[in-house]
Amino acid sequence: MLSVENLEFVYNDVVLVLRGISLQVPTGKIVALLGANGAGKTTTVRAITGLAAVHEGDITKGSVQFEGADITGRDPSDVVRLGISQVMEGRRIFAELTVLENLRAGAYTNRAGMSASMDRVMALFPRLVEKRSATAGYLSGGEQQMLAIGRALMQNPKLLILDEPSLGLAPLLVKQIRDIVVEINQQGTSVLLIEQNANMALSIAHHGYIMETGKMVMDGDPAKLLKDEDVQEFYLGLHGDEGDRKSFRDVKHYKRRKRWLS
Amino acid sequence: MTDTLILAQATVGGIEQFWQMVVGGLALGTIYALLAMGFVIIFKATQVVNFAHGALVAVGAFLVALTAVEIDVPGRWIPSAPTWVTWALAAVLGVALGGAAGMVLERLFIRPMVGEPLFQIAILTVGLDIVLRTIVDDFAGLDGRPLADPWGTATATIGPVTVPHTQLVQLGVTVVAVVAVALFFRSRTGVAMRATAFDQEAARAQGITVGRIFGLSWLLGAVLAGVAGIFASIFPRAAGVSSATAFVAFGAFPAIILGGLDSIVGAIVGGIVIGLAESAASVYLTGFSNVLGSGFSAIIGYVIMLLVLLIRPYGLFGTEEVRRV
Ligand SMILES: Nc1ncnc2c1ncn2[C@@H]1O[C@H](COP(=O)(O)OP(=O)(O)OP(=O)(O)O)[C@@H](O)[C@H]1O
Ligand SMILES: [Mg+2]
Repeated sequence: MLSVENLEFVYNDVVLVLRGISLQVPTGKIVALLGANGAGKTTTVRAITGLAAVHEGDITKGSVQFEGADITGRDPSDVVRLGISQVMEGRRIFAELTVLENLRAGAYTNRAGMSASMDRVMALFPRLVEKRSATAGYLSGGEQQMLAIGRALMQNPKLLILDEPSLGLAPLLVKQIRDIVVEINQQGTSVLLIEQNANMALSIAHHGYIMETGKMVMDGDPAKLLKDEDVQEFYLGLHGDEGDRKSFRDVKHYKRRKRWLS
Repeated sequence: MTDTLILAQATVGGIEQFWQMVVGGLALGTIYALLAMGFVIIFKATQVVNFAHGALVAVGAFLVALTAVEIDVPGRWIPSAPTWVTWALAAVLGVALGGAAGMVLERLFIRPMVGEPLFQIAILTVGLDIVLRTIVDDFAGLDGRPLADPWGTATATIGPVTVPHTQLVQLGVTVVAVVAVALFFRSRTGVAMRATAFDQEAARAQGITVGRIFGLSWLLGAVLAGVAGIFASIFPRAAGVSSATAFVAFGAFPAIILGGLDSIVGAIVGGIVIGLAESAASVYLTGFSNVLGSGFSAIIGYVIMLLVLLIRPYGLFGTEEVRRV
């Protein structure tokens, strides 16, 4: 469905942030994309959804294909109309608007299907029904994340991209968001789930990618990734005895050195 | 000494003078409010400080002079219709053309500048202002071109005050305009405009065509400016659109700042307050012209603006950080 081929991305004509990444999201699946801070996950989303220009960024190589059509560098409104919606990093709800107005803003491209999408969103998030007339800025963090997801669903997307939806949420809410992502997927929407919470993402994904400083370093079956020692050490903190998180490469390097020393 | 003077004024003027002052102030205030509203809509949606707004007022009035008098459209096709109907239609057409002009200006001069520093865009609008005013001046000159409105100099007496018919129309039209703007902001496109004003990137991510919203905000701003332009160009303010018409924006500027630059409610309240203040100053402070100078009512708005800014730097209704780019 979505196929990113060998993508290179540059900010301000100089900062090379994506160094030829490729990834696929098959129809109907959940694909997880993991990576540390600054790996380039959000940049990947911007490259796919046409928000590069806002950040003085450019795709310098490679392509983005969606359902067989080349959508590299297309306008964000075209991308949304073609069926790719996103839940932006940091929620980015319209805080001065009411919940209902946020959802209506989400449905801008989907005038005909608006009421059907509204029903779907309200069924997924009963909390938003209660709060529909509230000013969005006064919602709790969890409610805001639900609103951000609901707003994206108003576009009735074929593919939903979520950029760190669990960020800053309590464990119970993370679980709730995870269940909702599964439900959305079961309703027929493909999902690209970007996360630092590897446990959460890999527990529901059909395929996982791991990205490091603008490159894909690993990909495969989520269960295998979860069992991988390096992934465990770096993302789940299971083996690691050092408190501060180091780069994925550093972990490998450090282990190699340990082996060499012993 | 001063005390007795004020007393004398109050007794001479009395309650009638007071109400006359209020009506005059409201009439002026609605012109400022219309102007300020349009300015704020453009600023909120696009972050552009539009120094050409005064010129849009003149352009709007100029186009109405054109449609209502010069080329008489649609009047020439429906000669049997009552004058007020043909005039109203011509005014709507002229104002609509003014709105279209605003949209075209945005597309030609502002849109290509998106992403450039906002200061540069503001300077560009200064240039735009000069060019547009020069064009209107060439057409209208200092003498002015009449808009030939159907109300002329007729007045009505309501209780203790005498009100020109034009000002009654003006109050009514302003109320309609405010309601229309309020309704617009609840519509699909209006919600999209507010979303864009709040977070442009997030609006783009929803598929909102931000460029279209920009154009629309200029259309709205120019329409409101055109309506203000009509009332600034007819009895009792002026005898037609002239090179002085654009200067009404200087009076509206304190209203915009007073209201808080990014608040539409603030623009309306600011407009009315400054209008009333100017009117009150011209009635009650004339006795102090030896101290304050003769034209004090013209700058009272700026005095109020400065006083308010001392206490509330973001205006009465403005949000604190005038914000993200
Ligand atoms: N607008 C920009 N201009 C220049 N550099 C940028 C810009 N946005 C991001 N970068 C840089 O690109 C790199 C990747 O950033 P990106 O936001 O894509 O990472 P991320 O994987 O989403 O990180 P996080 O998990 O913190 O959200 C970082 O080094 C960042 O500093
Ligand atoms: Mg990110």
